[in-house]
Amino acid sequence: MSSNGAALRLERVSKSFGDARVLKDVELEVAEHEVVCLIGASGSGKSTLLRCVNLLEPIDEGRIVLHGEEITAPTADANRIRRRIGIVFQAFNLFPHMTVLRNVTLGPTRALKKPPAEAEAEATALLERFGLADKRGEYPDRLSGGQQQRVAIVRALAMQPELMLLDEVTSALDPELIAEVLNVIRELAQAGMTMLIATHEMSFARDIANRICFLDAGAILEQGPPEEILTRPKEPRTQQFLQRIIEAGRL
Amino acid sequence: MAIALASTVVFLAIAAVAVTASPGWPAVRKAFFNGHIFASSFPDIADAFLVNIRLFCIAEAVILVFALVIAILRSLPGPVFFPIRALAILYTDFFRGVPTILVLYILGFGAPALQLTGVPTSALFWGEVALVLVYSAYVAEVYRAGIESVHGSQEAAARSLGLTHAQTLRFVILPQAVRRVIPPLLNDFIGLQKDTALVALLGPIEAFRQSQIDAEGAFNYTPYLVTAVLFVLLTIPLARLTDWLIARDRRRQLASGVGR
Repeated sequence: MSSNGAALRLERVSKSFGDARVLKDVELEVAEHEVVCLIGASGSGKSTLLRCVNLLEPIDEGRIVLHGEEITAPTADANRIRRRIGIVFQAFNLFPHMTVLRNVTLGPTRALKKPPAEAEAEATALLERFGLADKRGEYPDRLSGGQQQRVAIVRALAMQPELMLLDEVTSALDPELIAEVLNVIRELAQAGMTMLIATHEMSFARDIANRICFLDAGAILEQGPPEEILTRPKEPRTQQFLQRIIEAGRL
Repeated sequence: MAIALASTVVFLAIAAVAVTASPGWPAVRKAFFNGHIFASSFPDIADAFLVNIRLFCIAEAVILVFALVIAILRSLPGPVFFPIRALAILYTDFFRGVPTILVLYILGFGAPALQLTGVPTSALFWGEVALVLVYSAYVAEVYRAGIESVHGSQEAAARSLGLTHAQTLRFVILPQAVRRVIPPLLNDFIGLQKDTALVALLGPIEAFRQSQIDAEGAFNYTPYLVTAVLFVLLTIPLARLTDWLIARDRRRQLASGVGR
């Protein structure tokens, strides 16, 4: 795949919070229909990287290119670009004062200016597809964590994004609720959605990812196919990290 | 329920006995609780009370919008908007700092004296303006507290959908913020309702001024009691309405809570 054909490309991206450099010259490419998983310890920069791609955090240096367009250019319209990128957060971040249906239609009706009837029909179809049709009139607080996170995924999908960013979407869930969310993501991968996923679920990453990137102290230390990174990591830091994960019983 | 009722009755009985058994009670009763004067002054004062009602109805409508604008200006992000933020802060600091009565005097006597064409000279108008200016400063701070209480992740979620800053405020932040501040907002409005009596100092006859006139005519304080009763009667339904609104909101959003 030529670099021009990449869905997403990060070129020497750096980001600091005060004196702390959280991203250091990150180079990363995600091809169309590719699923890339970011692994690494807490504070390694996974979430910040995703937030930078969605322009929720400005970057200090480098470039981020989405389908050939430099989205970090000073002239880029952040609102227009965010409409093309879906993000799902660890804590769901649903709007508590709106029903499930309104949560899902807010973006399409307000940002994309779709007629409400059309947005509602599309939202209802999406909710049905992910087994949430009977929850469309509920408020988020009445749903289980797994259901809330699935609604959050549907909310992002309703914008028909070119790229989905998932930020540790199962970390706030009870163990028995994780599977339902992971199944949704699996389905998205099978449907060809381009995804960049920060996760602690190693077996899930092995299952779903075309490529795994190991982040350490704000830099991508090692990347490759799942079997290679998870079973034969070259870097000592990656080995150390995976050893700890195995000890915690999460692989 | 039965226990609450019984304990209330007992409590009120003790309080009534304590007051009526006091040595000065007969004199106080004559001066403050004269049934005849109550009945005869009630129509006049109720009539004048309409002025208070009109004062605060207009003021509350204007304040709800004006204070929100100030709070929004104060929450504008980025260095470009610093002067606007600074002005909003200056406004709230100033009008919360100056005693209401001074603002009333300065505007009520000063503004008409300017004799500007097209500017109203009515004391009632400038009393209204003074109340709006002072209470908007308080209510703006209440709004701001509400805006700041909505977690940043809500803004991130809304912006990530491509909503603009204004859309995020309107559809995500403000609806949550306003719901949270309804009780303190109402509290300020009760204060405002009472302070409409201050407008009497500029001359217009409203309930308090009318009760003063009646009291002086009858050599009796009972008319003041009439005014007090009217103010209380107005406040209680508003307070209960707010409680009900809050409870309804909570019921809709939450499945479980502490049952009491």
